[in-house]
Amino acid sequence: MITNNKVFIAIQYIFLFCLVIMAVIPFWLLISSSFTTEKEILESGYSLFPKIVTFDAYRYLFSVSGGVLRAYMMSIIIAGSGVFTCLVLTILFAYPLSKQELPGKNFFAFFLFFTMLFNGGLVPTYMVYTQLFHIKDTLFGMIIPGLLMSPFSVIMVRTYITSNVANEIVDAAKIDGAGDYRALLSVVIPLCKPIIGTIALMSFIGYWNNWTNGIYYIQNRTDMYGIQNYLKTVLDSVNVLQSQISGQVGIDVKDLPSMGIRMALAVIGVLPVLIMYPFFQKSFIKGITIGSVKG
Amino acid sequence: MRKNSSLQKRIFKSWPLYTMLIPGMIYLIINNYLPMFGILIAFKKVDYSVGILQSPWTGFSNFTYLFASNDAYIMFRNTILYNIAFIILGNLLGLIVAIALDTVKNRFFRNATQVIILIPHLLSTIIITYIVYAFLNEQNGFMNNSILKLLNMEPVSWYNTPGPWPIILIIVYLWMSIGYTSILYYSTLIGIDKTFYEAAVVDGASLWQQIFRITLPCMKKTIIILLILAVGRICYSDFGLFYQVPMHSGLLYSTTQTIDTFVYRALLEQNSIGRSSAAGLFQSVLGFVLVVSTNLIVRKVDAESSLF
Repeated sequence: MITNNKVFIAIQYIFLFCLVIMAVIPFWLLISSSFTTEKEILESGYSLFPKIVTFDAYRYLFSVSGGVLRAYMMSIIIAGSGVFTCLVLTILFAYPLSKQELPGKNFFAFFLFFTMLFNGGLVPTYMVYTQLFHIKDTLFGMIIPGLLMSPFSVIMVRTYITSNVANEIVDAAKIDGAGDYRALLSVVIPLCKPIIGTIALMSFIGYWNNWTNGIYYIQNRTDMYGIQNYLKTVLDSVNVLQSQISGQVGIDVKDLPSMGIRMALAVIGVLPVLIMYPFFQKSFIKGITIGSVKG
Repeated sequence: MRKNSSLQKRIFKSWPLYTMLIPGMIYLIINNYLPMFGILIAFKKVDYSVGILQSPWTGFSNFTYLFASNDAYIMFRNTILYNIAFIILGNLLGLIVAIALDTVKNRFFRNATQVIILIPHLLSTIIITYIVYAFLNEQNGFMNNSILKLLNMEPVSWYNTPGPWPIILIIVYLWMSIGYTSILYYSTLIGIDKTFYEAAVVDGASLWQQIFRITLPCMKKTIIILLILAVGRICYSDFGLFYQVPMHSGLLYSTTQTIDTFVYRALLEQNSIGRSSAAGLFQSVLGFVLVVSTNLIVRKVDAESSLF
């Protein structure tokens, strides 16, 4: 709207500034807590401005980093293979759907779309995956259920292809002797880079932040946990951390800065996403706005 | 006859395109369609020793068992009331923030605000649980040690007191989602034709008149559609928010149990597949009916925005 009302504009600035502060303060508490000495935490709790800044929590963490590092590696493996498979499935499904003249196109489109209307829910899904396919306690349990191909992404890619890739270009490639796979690979995909980037990003965040597959499908093989499930285990009971550390020589469990160390772990857990965020925020915001009201 | 053969020809010619669909179809069948038929488990007494297919049918006994307990009432009440609160407060706040974003003219400030308030949307529920824990932990939490002390109030054992949790969860939800909702609204807001405002100013329209006569009417469609779509999902809840953020504390069930947390607990913690699948079936079927009917309404309002 248009206004010269200085007070109103000032109020809006202040309002948004307060929102920014409120979005940031909880983080700040997390970060500052990880730099607070154990003594101070026990005396006066987590605080926004620690009296003494210490790196103790991080030092302990890295001296016993086996658990964290392993979980990190698992997360990278899971997200990497998940995102790659997701892209392959999504693009392969979206491309034929963008062909108007493909016989039976509507059937396949509906087959995809119906999954957005109705789902069996947790119990049958769990039964299918554990009783029929036996993926419990395998890495497939972390990668396959739920996350591999989202109908929304398929629709987004299909819409992008129909509106941005002219049929003539694909036809020209075919006249030059390219088959459908060749045309998809060397003509359509290069033209769809922006949407593929957005989908890859969404999929990566989905995998990186996922922890439910871990609690549903991993029961005994906790060594397959990614970073989120590792963080969850440590939060649920600090004993896990203590038992890991007590195996190490030269560290007294009594001295363990268990409260600070938890917060330090959480900081390390969000760090990669936060560091990358400034670089991908544009496509992240774009992904939200195009995938929202109309897929 | 001739038409038929040309169709066959077209199908035959398109065989590479059909092969592209195969991996996705297989995934949809495994991940979505088999579980759809699997909801029939709710009518069975599952016996792992003979397998699910061979397990005996029990009619509606799982349902009578479920609804005989108080659990059903609590989880349905919580799911629906929380969703109503989320829908109303989330959209209201989202709109206010979107309008504020539109008012401030400093581009750097506006972009920075958008990017920063979206950060919580990027976090996993686990990290959010850590943050909430830093506030609410009984011995060391920020609430008990700093804020309540400042207000001269007694410390509260948050994870054992169900009373405050509706407010806590609503605040956490708003914190998580405000960036997302406001960006949705803001993206339609910037699409409004600026000449509307110019004409209104020439006619002497005040600020509030501009908001209530131009901005809101122009956004009416988006608002209605987002509301209706949200109503379509009213029997679903964010599992992480209700299970993990309260640290799955059993003392908080009365205010944190939703259908999703119940289904999970009954299935994997209490091994009570009957009740779990009965609640799940209820959620799936009710959800389906609601999504389809709300979509019919959306189509009436604005055919372009409906899902189908």
